[in-house]
Parts: sequence; C-alpha cells; structure tokens
Amino acid sequence: MKLDLEQLRGLLAGDAGAGRVVPPTGYTAWLTLFAAAAMAFLAVFALALSLATSRLADRWGDALARSSTLRISAPEGQMIAQTDAALKVLQTTPGIATARALDAAEQRALLEPWFGPDLPIESLPIPQLIEIIEEGDGYDAAGLRLRLAAEVPGAVLDDHTRWREPLVRAASRLRLLGWLSLLLIAGTVAAMITLAANAALAANAQVIGVLRLVGARDGYIVQAFVRRFTLRSLGGAAVGTVLGCIAILLMPRTDVGGGFLTGLGFEGWHWFWPLMIPLLAGGVAYLATRAAAQRTLRDMP
Amino acid sequence: MIELENVAYSYGGGELLSDITLRLSPGSFHFLTGPSGAGKTTLLKLCYGALMPTAGHVHLFDTDVRELTRDDIALARRRIGVVHQDCQFLNHLSVSENIALPLLVSDRDMLAEDANLRELTQWVGLTQRADALPPELSGGERQRAALARAIIMSPDVILADEPTGNVDWEMSQRLMRLLIELNRMGKTIMIATHDLALIRATKAHVQARVLRISNRRLQLAGADL
Repeated sequence: MKLDLEQLRGLLAGDAGAGRVVPPTGYTAWLTLFAAAAMAFLAVFALALSLATSRLADRWGDALARSSTLRISAPEGQMIAQTDAALKVLQTTPGIATARALDAAEQRALLEPWFGPDLPIESLPIPQLIEIIEEGDGYDAAGLRLRLAAEVPGAVLDDHTRWREPLVRAASRLRLLGWLSLLLIAGTVAAMITLAANAALAANAQVIGVLRLVGARDGYIVQAFVRRFTLRSLGGAAVGTVLGCIAILLMPRTDVGGGFLTGLGFEGWHWFWPLMIPLLAGGVAYLATRAAAQRTLRDMP
Repeated sequence: MIELENVAYSYGGGELLSDITLRLSPGSFHFLTGPSGAGKTTLLKLCYGALMPTAGHVHLFDTDVRELTRDDIALARRRIGVVHQDCQFLNHLSVSENIALPLLVSDRDMLAEDANLRELTQWVGLTQRADALPPELSGGERQRAALARAIIMSPDVILADEPTGNVDWEMSQRLMRLLIELNRMGKTIMIATHDLALIRATKAHVQARVLRISNRRLQLAGADL
C-alpha cells in the first residue's frame, strides 16, 4: 500500500475541521481505546518474552559453548594419578584456557539438588570432574578424545553439545513464539480497528454522502476517519504500554526468585522497544482505517 | 456547462430514463417536472455525477463524466450547488457550520470567508438561527440553509430537487425569489418539482424552460404551463 505523505502530514499536523465533520461517537470510542490498551499490554509481555528468551539463548549458547567437562571414572587407587595425567594432557592441548579439577565441596554442591545436603561423597564411588574452559576457536574434540583414550583410559569428554543444542533450540523457539505473538497481536489490532472503522463508516454513510455532495474529495473523508482511529489507537496503546511496563517492573527480580520466568523483562536499551508499541499500534490503525475507508468510498457515488 | 446526450439510465433490469438530451447553458433557468417516480431525481443525479449513465454521454464542464476520476467529480461538484428536498445536513454541526461545509472540505481559509458566510446567512434570513442545530429548524429554514450551502462556493449551476416540497406557499415563493435572484446573477438553475402552480407563478418573473419527463423521455412542456 502506497503511503500517502500528504495524508500522513495532515494526520500529524491535525485538521480540526476534518475531525469535526465526523460525528463524535460514545461507547465505540471507549471500546477502541480499551482494546488497543489491552493489546498493547499483551504486546509488552510478548516483547519481554522474546527479549528474555533471546538473552537466555545467547547466555546458554555462550556459556555452554565455552566450557566442557571431563569425567574420570577409575578405581580408587588410580583416581589421583589419572586426574593428574588428564590435567597434563589438557594443559598441553591448544584451545584450552584452563582445566581445573573440582574439589569435594563443589562436587557435593552439584549433587545436592538430587541427594540433599551432607552427602558422604568420600564414601561413594563418585567420578572426578574436571572443568575445561576454552579459548580462541576452542579445541579439537576428536583429537583430544584420542589422546585421552591413550593416556587416561577412564576419562570421558563431554563437550556439552548433546544437551546444549536442545536447550538453545528451545530458547530460540520461545523467542520465535514471542515474535509470533507480537505479529498476532498486531494482526488482531488491525482486525479490531478494521471492524470498528467499518462500523463507523457504515454508521456515517449519510455523513459521507453529504461530504461527497458538497465536493469533498475521498482523501479528505478518509483523513477524517483515519485521524480519529489512529489517535484513538495511539492513546489506548500508550496507556496499555505504560501499564505493561509497570507490571514488568513489579515482577520478582532474578536474584530473588531465580529461574527463567523471573528473568522476564527488559534490560538496558531494550527498554526502548516497548516505546515502539504505541507507534506500531498507531501505524496499524492508520493503515487498517485507510484501507477500510477507501474500500467503503469506492462503493459510493 | 452540463450536457446530456442520448442518455439512458437503467436500474434493476428496468430502464428509468431513455434517450435524454439536455443542455444547461450558462444563465438558463429550467424546471423539470413529471409525476412522482418519473425519474426527476435520477436525472438530477446524472447532472452532478452521482450516477453514471448506462448509455449516452454526460458532459460536466465539457468533459465526459466517464473520463473523470472521483477527485475530478468532487471538484466538479464544487461548481454545482445541489439542494435536496430532505436538505441532508450534518446534524451535529450548527447551521452556519453546515452552510460553510463546502468551504471547509475545499480547504478554503475559513477566516477569509467569514464575511461571505455572514452575508450569505443574512441573505437567506438565518442570522438569528446561525448557531442552531439543523433539527431545531423549521422546514422553510432548513430549505434556506440548504440553498445557502449550495451557493456558498458561488457555483455556476444550481440543481434543486423539490426545494419547496416541505414548505408552505409563502415560504416556497420566498425560496423561488432567492433562486430567481441567483439566476439574475448569471447562475444556471434547474429545479425539479411536481408543483405546477409554483412553476406558473415563477414563470411570471423569469424566462424559464419547462421540461417534463414522460414515459422515460424528456419533453418540452406544452402551453398548458
């Protein structure tokens, strides 16, 4: 659809005369305002979901891609020797920044969510874990596995690929779902405004007839309706966005509740994005009303 | 100015008007008469581009109406003042705002036109009712307001559809005097009416051509008028 710059300028500059020729409406104005506000409120959450999952996917991807775990399962008498041998191999492997054997307290902490506190880890045949942090382009996993097989027979290298990918994929899907929700919300706003505009145009058929009779061009009539619905949607969406942002601010902080859902929100310059919601709603209303008005006028003499 | 050439108009499978040829030349005065349902309103609508002929040609200011865009037709209507029997006002606007409506939609400078609007409102005798809403007006006041709206753009042609249909004899005479005065100013006038007494009374003051629609065709009315 061609954007009519003259109409857009008229919309922004305002034309009290064009606005006045359309009779004021009562409850439909409030319904449009309410619906735009509700949709903007939902859009804030969909946007927050998209951005939060995006951050999550990045964080998981980055963090897990830069680290690996080496698990050493060996008889009790050989555990220390194999651990030392593995650390020597790792220290001489290009692409590995650090390799560190976890101490008993760290291993206990890892198992605590499943077995509870005070686990007598010393009396259990727990494998020794070595945390590997990569650097640069990372290491050659296949080559490292071959060296470990020769020098540390009880070592198993886990480069996290197996479970990192599903997690990142899940986060990416959630992000996609967020954007899809935004698209659906924009579509719903367009449908809602189109219905409201069609109702207003039908109710004002006599007004349009009079305007045509006295020489009003289609652009003038369209602008009168477009301006009303655009400003109404813009106002409603602004209120909904503000309320949505307040609700986001009131959500528990990540460091208090922990977990993914409590991380829902905006960080840094991401707070700029909710400001776009009222503008987007106004733009959608502008296009929807313009299309509806032009369609209606085409059928009139 | 406005010219119909062998025009026919059909609607719903039936022909309402057939082989109509008419020329409204500058400064002429026409009455269009015929029984109810004869097609007077349809013919007027063809004259201002509200309907398209199904055959023949309608020329608005020397251009075939089929060659005009919707915007062109809107511009042509600014040169044709139309008065409807039911007046067709915007009921949420005051009388003066309704009269000024053609100026408003033409993006004219309303402040510059204010004196013109006041003068016109006074001419049709509605100065005291300028701030009233249309539903508050009497039949005669409504017709005079509709006439004022039709002429505020100083159109070349004025088309009036039963302008005296809802008013008493005295008011209809007053309206006709306004239309005759406009004709003397050089405006082309065509009035659709079935009121033969009104036509006879008017013909005493102005040289008018009386046309009658009969059996879907346009005829020059006889000496009985």
